[in-house]
Amino acid sequence: MGSTIIEKIIARNIGAECVKPGQIVTVNVDRVMIHDIFIPFVADKFEEMGFTKLWDADKVVLIYDHLVPASQLDDARHFRKGNEFAAKYGMKHVHRSDGICHQLMTEAGYVKPGNIVFGTDSHTTTYGCVGAFSSGIGYTEMASILGTGTMWVRVPETIKVHITGKLAANVTSKDIILTLIGDLGADGATYKALEFSGDTVENMTIASRMTMANMAIEAGAKCALFTPDEKTAEYCEMELTEAESSLVGDADAVYCKEIYYKAEDFVPVLACPSQVDNIKPVRALAGTEIDQVFIGSCTNGRLEDLMAAAEILKDKQVAPFVKLIVTPASRKVYREAVENGTMEILAKAGAMITHPGCGLCCGRTGGILTDGERVVATNNRNFLGRMGTSKVEIFLASPKTAAASAVAGKIVEG
Amino acid sequence: MEQFTGTVWVLGDDIDTDIIIPTEYLALKSIQDMTPYAFSPLRPELAAQIKPGDMIVAGKNFGCGSSREQAPEIIKALGVRCVIAKSFARIFFRNSINNGLLLIENDALQAAVNEGDTITVTVNQDIEHNGQHYEITSLPQNLVDIISAGGLVKAMRKLNGLD
Repeated sequence: MGSTIIEKIIARNIGAECVKPGQIVTVNVDRVMIHDIFIPFVADKFEEMGFTKLWDADKVVLIYDHLVPASQLDDARHFRKGNEFAAKYGMKHVHRSDGICHQLMTEAGYVKPGNIVFGTDSHTTTYGCVGAFSSGIGYTEMASILGTGTMWVRVPETIKVHITGKLAANVTSKDIILTLIGDLGADGATYKALEFSGDTVENMTIASRMTMANMAIEAGAKCALFTPDEKTAEYCEMELTEAESSLVGDADAVYCKEIYYKAEDFVPVLACPSQVDNIKPVRALAGTEIDQVFIGSCTNGRLEDLMAAAEILKDKQVAPFVKLIVTPASRKVYREAVENGTMEILAKAGAMITHPGCGLCCGRTGGILTDGERVVATNNRNFLGRMGTSKVEIFLASPKTAAASAVAGKIVEG
Repeated sequence: MEQFTGTVWVLGDDIDTDIIIPTEYLALKSIQDMTPYAFSPLRPELAAQIKPGDMIVAGKNFGCGSSREQAPEIIKALGVRCVIAKSFARIFFRNSINNGLLLIENDALQAAVNEGDTITVTVNQDIEHNGQHYEITSLPQNLVDIISAGGLVKAMRKLNGLD
């Protein structure tokens, strides 16, 4: 009997021949990520639990992103508490304004294929883009991992998603994952792993795979996995071992569900207010007037996303009544977009460009909206009140749809 | 067998953690400071109405969305005795267990109860409403162990020889 990717990762981690869905096992954690919102709570719980040292300081990454730059008086307290904790326990990996945690974890090389990684953010599923088992947890569990280096997990069932063929020019991996979430429902993959295969995903950049793995949680998934390949090796600046490149779902592995898509069938879509699984084709809502467009986040704030937007915005102007806010996912993305001229195009088109961070996506800073306003946004959640009042309508879309809509002043296909 | 009776508040499907506590309040100093804002995007008056011992009955995918552990902590701080839903999102589920907030999965109850009704829960056995009994399944042993230790913090204190 063969194994799925997640079964292989867990079995190797615990030194077992194989594991089966439903088994509860204790895994050794390869890396953890804590962000600014939760560090005060993690620090307090860690000490309350009676730990006096980290299990391995080198494996702990602290990233300030949700509150950067501080916009409320209490925010700065989180940074101070984080700095104190990092100094006290000898942490080496602290990022204070380098970008969004999920972008940094892969970009800075903290995550490798086959790793098991936990983070205090639900979108920690992102690292499946390089073939790692990564998932979000709360601050109490994070505190216990910091002390023990271990965590209990239930081996999940796997849903396999096969995608073959070539996407249309105005369709991106964002449209694929939104369509899948619509088909599965917001709880369709709860407690389960998603495994992606087929030549469409093989031909995708790591950045595009990140978008899909990032949003797996929006269908409730524990994790999302892509088989590591030569693109992964190049991205991670490493050579894959045989074990790493064999992280592929076996032909005789058992899946709880298999879904088949033809790439040619995908069209640009939107997640409509206020559920991520409320998916409609862009053309069904074409002409809907909008007030703001947001291009950024850990879902779609990478160089290829900004370049896709710039291609549409080149020599054009954002509609006069629309505010376009662009937030690169990291300082590195920002720098590269400046160097290759992307930022100049966006700025000339009328975009407001903000520092890398989570501000607008989580409704904290940098573009909050009010009653009756509509926003087309490339991030991952359109929950009630997420980007302002509970009467704001949030439409989630690809960077191409977002950029084209910014120019038109209304929802249109890219 | 542990048994308790209380009044229910009824919510729908996909009650996400942004509804339970919006991000703008997450940097407040304490859970107590955050509790008045619980469920505010959906029902701003609800936090003030919930009384200790009340229960929440909801649809599928309760607690979906972000990993914020303040969500179960706030529900517990409001005095909610347990949340009964058709299903729970996984991070919320783990966070609740780790904080000793009892969660019960049940498919049928939400459709049967009205807000303000009284129900009786017998842990690991059943829920009684208007003479009707709804069977509930028990939790796996490893989770029972965490809950009986009084939550994960206490379990770890024990591990470190403090309690």
